Amino acid sequence: MAEFLMPSLGADMERGKLVEWLVKPGDYVHKGDIVAAVDTDKTVMDVESFDEGVVAELLVEEGVTVPVGAPLARITQTPAAVDESARPAAKPHRPAKPGRPAKAPKPIEAAGPIEAVPPAQAPISPPVRQLAHRLGVELAGVHGSGPQGVITRDDVERAVPSPAAAPAESSRPERIRSSPRARRLAAELGIDLAGVVGTGPHGEVTGPDITRAREPVPAAPGRTRKPGKLPATATAAAAESAERSARLRRSIGVLMARSKKSIPHYYLSTTIDLRAATAWLQSANAQRSIAERVVPAALLLKATALAARDIPEMNGFYADDAFQPSSAVHLGVAVALRQGGLVAPAIHDADSLSLDDLMAGLRDLVGRARSGRLQRAEMTDPTITVTNLGDLGVESVFGVIYPPQVALVGFGRVLEQPWAHDGMLGVRTAVTATLSADHRVSDGLRGARFLARIDELLQKPEEL
Amino acid sequence: MTEDDARAAVLAAIGQVAPDVDTDGLDDSARFRQDLELDSLDFLRLLETVAGATGVETPENDYASLTTVHSLIGYVAAQADRTQQTLYP
Repeated sequence: MAEFLMPSLGADMERGKLVEWLVKPGDYVHKGDIVAAVDTDKTVMDVESFDEGVVAELLVEEGVTVPVGAPLARITQTPAAVDESARPAAKPHRPAKPGRPAKAPKPIEAAGPIEAVPPAQAPISPPVRQLAHRLGVELAGVHGSGPQGVITRDDVERAVPSPAAAPAESSRPERIRSSPRARRLAAELGIDLAGVVGTGPHGEVTGPDITRAREPVPAAPGRTRKPGKLPATATAAAAESAERSARLRRSIGVLMARSKKSIPHYYLSTTIDLRAATAWLQSANAQRSIAERVVPAALLLKATALAARDIPEMNGFYADDAFQPSSAVHLGVAVALRQGGLVAPAIHDADSLSLDDLMAGLRDLVGRARSGRLQRAEMTDPTITVTNLGDLGVESVFGVIYPPQVALVGFGRVLEQPWAHDGMLGVRTAVTATLSADHRVSDGLRGARFLARIDELLQKPEEL
Repeated sequence: MTEDDARAAVLAAIGQVAPDVDTDGLDDSARFRQDLELDSLDFLRLLETVAGATGVETPENDYASLTTVHSLIGYVAAQADRTQQTLYP
């Protein structure tokens, strides 16, 4: 019997809210399968299982916040073991009054951040995509009932003729069967699930059932273009969003304070001639459609990733009083969130990606960071981080290292500036690159070598 | 394409890229970078969304002149007909 625990999704994380279960008791999970979505103070992340086996019992309801390390579910390694463990586990679930949900989610917590922060367009979230893949559902044929037509987990489940959920029945027979979305909606709208006719598989109460059960239906939340404008949910959403920003700000504060207290930072700065890089980029982009174009930031990121590979003292973690260099370069990218705050998820193996792949990875990552859907590994893996504040006009940024990383690279604005060369004064496009690095691991000399390497690499953009 | 069509396409695209911006009350003189806080990736997505809706592909050389909502609306309105002709001769 293994326990699935609330994982630590960052050096600063103390607790997390289980926002959605992506498995049910009876489901078979493999190592690496995404089983739940967890809301830290920073973002919602998909969390994978570290064990293989059958989900015997879910120990934490959706919407509940628990500390890191708290057991979330029990997983039995072999199917044979399920019968022994699942049966006694099923008993406490039996509600006192048949016909009522065992534990209805609390209204406020039930209006999870997934509803409060609608994605910019209608992307299919990774867990939903994964679920569809697991159930063999073709997403192209699924009608999205979520906000702005987003395809939800329920939509995918409905698209399955006979869902592979049969074993789950034995574990909670007396409950009113309902989808997570239905429970959320019901709590939000104050509707008793017992009074709703379920039209889902096995009579399951679904999100649309709840919407129908609500008497006058001026604007069903699932169909509204701008959920924020719905009077009933507007204040709740605004409050949730404000609270979220406050938590994110606190969390950033704690992490940065720890960094400044424990990491002896040193700072270096250099101005890099970008004439070759911008000329190359312009001619490359001229041939491309908008969707295929590469932004200068992608070149800077690629050069940084390659330099980090060459100068290992910049790339890795400092833990247990020792530096552990990383052979892989997982490049953290600081992404400013529109509601305030920032997250710095990783582009994995950025040093070995082609420039186009890195650009695609960057767009994907930024999009998901802003819509609040990142994966655990993306948040915990960065081995070095880049912050790029050039777009808003500052010339340089001296950042604070993200513990347990040991270096942070900052880029300012790409701009034309006077440039002396060979006794002549000219005008060149240039950028100021800075390095904040950990003195426990490296000295200024290595740091200088690192920035110089970035410079060298940017002089041959065609090789990036 | 009329300027009204161009405006609708541009405002819709802004709404997608920056959902927190109130496009109904948006001043045309708002600047993408400073006022709407779009970064280079956001701007790229904005142009991509506008291109999807109107067929206007914006070459990189024109980026520099497209700093405000107003300038982009004017650009899209002016380019749309030309693009139409190249796309469907």
